[in-house]
Formats: sequence, structure tokens, C-alpha cells
Amino acid sequence: MSLKLIFDVAITGLIMGGLYALIAMGLNLQYGVARVLNVSHGEFVMVGAFITYFAHKIFGINPLLSLVFCGPILFIIGLFAYWTLFRYLRRTSESGDVFEGRSMLASFGLLYVIQNIALLWWGPNIKAYSYLNYPVRFFGLTFEANRLVALLFTLVMIFVFYLFVARTKVGKAIRAAAQNEKSAQLLGINVTAVLGFCFGLGALLAGLAGSIVSMMQELTPLMGFPYLIIAMIVLVLGGAGNIFGSLLGGLILGGVTTIVMYVDPGLSLVVSYVIFALILLIRPEGVLGR
Amino acid sequence: MDRTRAFLKTGLFPLLLLLVLATLPFYTPPYTTVAVTSILMYVVLTVSWAMFCGPTRYMSLATATFFGVGMYTSAVLGEVLPFPLVVACGGLFSFAIGLLTGFICLRLRGFYFAIFTFGLNELVRNFMLWWEAKVAHTVGRWVVLMDSLSIYYYMLAIVTLTILVAFLIGRSRYGLILFSIGESEEAAAHIGINVTRYRISFFAFTCLFMGMAGAVMATKWAYIDPRIAFNPILNFTPVLMALFGGVGKIYGPILGAGILTLASEVLLSRFPYYYMLLYGLLFIVIISFLPDGLVGFMRKWRKAPAVTGSVI
Repeated sequence: MSLKLIFDVAITGLIMGGLYALIAMGLNLQYGVARVLNVSHGEFVMVGAFITYFAHKIFGINPLLSLVFCGPILFIIGLFAYWTLFRYLRRTSESGDVFEGRSMLASFGLLYVIQNIALLWWGPNIKAYSYLNYPVRFFGLTFEANRLVALLFTLVMIFVFYLFVARTKVGKAIRAAAQNEKSAQLLGINVTAVLGFCFGLGALLAGLAGSIVSMMQELTPLMGFPYLIIAMIVLVLGGAGNIFGSLLGGLILGGVTTIVMYVDPGLSLVVSYVIFALILLIRPEGVLGR
Repeated sequence: MDRTRAFLKTGLFPLLLLLVLATLPFYTPPYTTVAVTSILMYVVLTVSWAMFCGPTRYMSLATATFFGVGMYTSAVLGEVLPFPLVVACGGLFSFAIGLLTGFICLRLRGFYFAIFTFGLNELVRNFMLWWEAKVAHTVGRWVVLMDSLSIYYYMLAIVTLTILVAFLIGRSRYGLILFSIGESEEAAAHIGINVTRYRISFFAFTCLFMGMAGAVMATKWAYIDPRIAFNPILNFTPVLMALFGGVGKIYGPILGAGILTLASEVLLSRFPYYYMLLYGLLFIVIISFLPDGLVGFMRKWRKAPAVTGSVI
């Protein structure tokens, strides 16, 4: 084990972990709070990545700058999806369990709609751009600049989001709605608005993660699904409704999969599933609980 | 007299239908047989899904897994054993894996079962991709080919078996047991039902049919790889078909599978580029506007009491 390898694994692990945490916190807002197990969550990552790509290719906008508008666009898409589809399902379902089943199936339909609009619009070809694609040297070790920037921005976004949920009044309302919808309503929180806001916020986080992903990877309209799977594993790992659990779970899973990736790339998903299955079996409420 | 009348009332139409289906290849063009085969496949998957998931309200999203196990059985054993035995093995392997899955998710309640089974298919698919690349040094496998007529008759036999079993279970005390588990697991346990035992054994039992269907269908597709055999869309399609038809009555899933398979064949031939997009939209529309399926819709229309025991 050379020093270089250790640093490589650590940085990749942190980047992956940070991205997983962002995406999974988004899914957790959607499932843990709004009770929609959004199977199309990965597609929001894909859309975010493509928006960044086109902004860079067509208008020459700096990918980091596109975070500023990529998030709001995804927020609006998510809010629209909730306001039209899931709010209707919530109103017409007789119980929470029924709503969970129906909204999950509907979001599976949404997955195909978004994915195929992307395929028809942007074509199936792999797209990529190069941004900050040069090495920088630290302490005698070389790293790619775009990965360091990605790491920095992911961590900043996680920190901002953490502050938002932990310190602001809206964040408090979100946590209240996650804990108990009815009591939250009794306390004067407009729960329907909070749930819609959470769904949009979930899409926003996925879109921001997609922006960062596009700096480092090639894009295809089919790239989203693996991110959904990861987010689901992290959701189970940290516990549904526990947003900070997802943060920790994402970082852990990112670390583990990166280490496995260096041993045998084909096994990294298999190992994540084994973790997923074990946690579901031993502690279905998540390692950190609700 | 009453018994004969009751038999005629419930049995006449299915028997006639079976007769028509059995003689279908004699007076229709070969394409019809092929198209009906795929309808039959979806009927098996949907009815066997609804057999367990309908009354118990446990949403399984692992249909593709058990179907894929059957396909791989066909690919591995196809040249070694006579075909009827291959089909039986496909069913049995699926049954065994279903049993294992049932044991593993003993503790899972409600929606976590759906999440687990969804993950299970991804686990199996990724494991198989890794296994084929690293251990077996292949990508996919060739399956022994069969003519479309034999495939058709094998499928017809499996469909008949599946529907017959579903019908008998629905009328027996086992049907009541499953139903009571779905209504309230605690109450079922309280009146002396061994909930765990029935949950696991029935779940595995329904996997039997999915595995058999997979073993037969593999010979139609001739080539399989983990992406084809464990395609996640096959986890959701039977759920959609069952919901579209309505899960409270046995003809619900059959109707749902039949109509939606035909509809998707038409969509696929008319709009090949927009097929998946339309499929997604159809999914959303059905979930939103037909929550009780066609059965529920017709009952509401005739003002008959709603069928209970629907999953969703």
C-alpha cells in the first residue's frame, strides 16, 4: 500500500460518500417525510447532470456556476410532480400504507417517462465534457483538480443543507412532519405544503449531485438507476425519516464501496446489497433508528 | 342438480376458453400462437403474484428474480435433462429460493418487504453479472431452442395449472388464512394461525409457477444474460397488470394481464420509439385512476359491494 493509493481511496471514498449522502438525503426527504418511495429519484440525478452538461456545451457556463440554477429547476420539477401526481394519490388513498404502495408504483411510471423523454430528446449516446481536467500537486502527490473541486463543493453543500435542517424554522417543520404528521398539523404546520416542499427539495439535492457527477463521469440517459439503488441502500442504512442518518450512511457506504472497488470493481454493488440485506434483516428501522 | 348447475356456472366458460386455446394453433396463423404465448406468460406471472400478494397485502417486487431463476435453469440443464424435467427443476429451484427469501425476510413487515424484494432482484442480477464474468467467463448463455408450438403448449399447461391452483386455494381454508393475514397479522396469530409458516410456504409456492414459466420462456428467447433474465421491469409489470385487473377476484389478474399485454404489443408495433414513454404514462394513469382495477370499477358501476382483500 503506497501513500498515493491510500490518498486516492480516501478522496474517492469521500467524494462518493458525499454524493451518496446528498442523493440519499434527497430520497429520505421524499420517503421519510413525504412517504413517496421515489423510484425515479435517480432520474433527477441524470436530469441535473444533463442540465449542467448543456449549459456548459451550449452557453459555456462554468459547471460550478450551474449549481445555482440547476437546483431550482429540479426543485420546480419535483414540486410539480408532487403537486400534480402524488398529492392526488395522497388524497385518494384511504390509508398511509395504501399511499406508500400506490405512490411507489406511480413513481416507477415516472421513471420511465423521464428516462424516455431524455432518450428521445438527448439521444442514447454517451456525452462528456472536460472541466478542470489537469493534475495538481499536494505534498508531492498528484490529484485531478476536478475531483478536488467536486469534493469541496459536495462537502459545502452537505454542510449548508445540514444547517438548513438543523437550525432553520423550515427545517424544524420538516423534522416535525417526519416524526409525526398529525401532531405536526396540530401544531399549526401546513403539512401538505411541507411534504410538497420536501419532495421538491429531494429532487433539488439529486440535481445538485448530478451536476457534480457530470464533472467527473460520462453521461447517458440511463445513468440514473444505480444512484437510486445506492440511495435506497443508504436510506435503509440510516433509517427512514432520519436525515442525518442518511448523511452518515452515505459516507459509510461511499467508503465501503470505494474500498471494494479497488479490490474487485464488479463486486462493489454486490457488497452494498449484502450490507443492505443484512441491515434490513437485523435492524429494519435502520442502524441509527428513527 | 344444483351441483351441476353450480359447476356449469363457474366451470363452463373457463373450459370453453381452454378448448379454444388448445385448438388455437390449428386455425390461426403462427403469429397468433406466438402472441398468445406472451399473454400466457404474463398471465402466469400476474396470477401467481396476485395469489400471494393479493390476499396478504405483501407487495413482492421480485417476480423477475424467480422468473430469471427458471430461465437460468433452462440454460444450464437444457441439454442434460429431458424438457419436462427441466421445467420441473426450474419451478423447484425457484421454490427453493423463494423459501430462502421467505426465511430471510421473516422479520420484515409491511413496506419493507417491498423494498427488500426490490433489492433482492438487483442483488441477484449483479451477483450473476459478476459470476458470469469472473467465474464462468461468459457474458450470456445459449438456451436449447424449441419450436413455438411446443412452447405454446407448455405455457398453456402451466397457465391452466396456475389458475386451477389459484382457484382452489381461493376456495379452501388456505385462502381464508392468507386473507386473514392480510387483514390483521396479529389477529390471525391470535386465533391460532401459524402466520410465519403460511407466509413463507405460500410465498415460495407461488414462486414455483414463475420459475416454470421462466424455464419455458428461455427456450423462446434462445439467448439470456443476467440483464435479460433479471430485468427489473418484470418486477413491476405483473403488479401493474394485477392492479389493472383488480386483485380481489381471480379473473381480475387474468383480465389485466391479457388486456395490457395486447395493449403493449400494439403500442410496441405502432410507436416503437415512444413505447417505453407510453408505458410509463399508462402506469401512472392506471395507478391514479383505477385503484381497484377493472373488477372494482365494474362492481362500482353495477353498485355491487366492493371486493375486499386488494393489495393496494
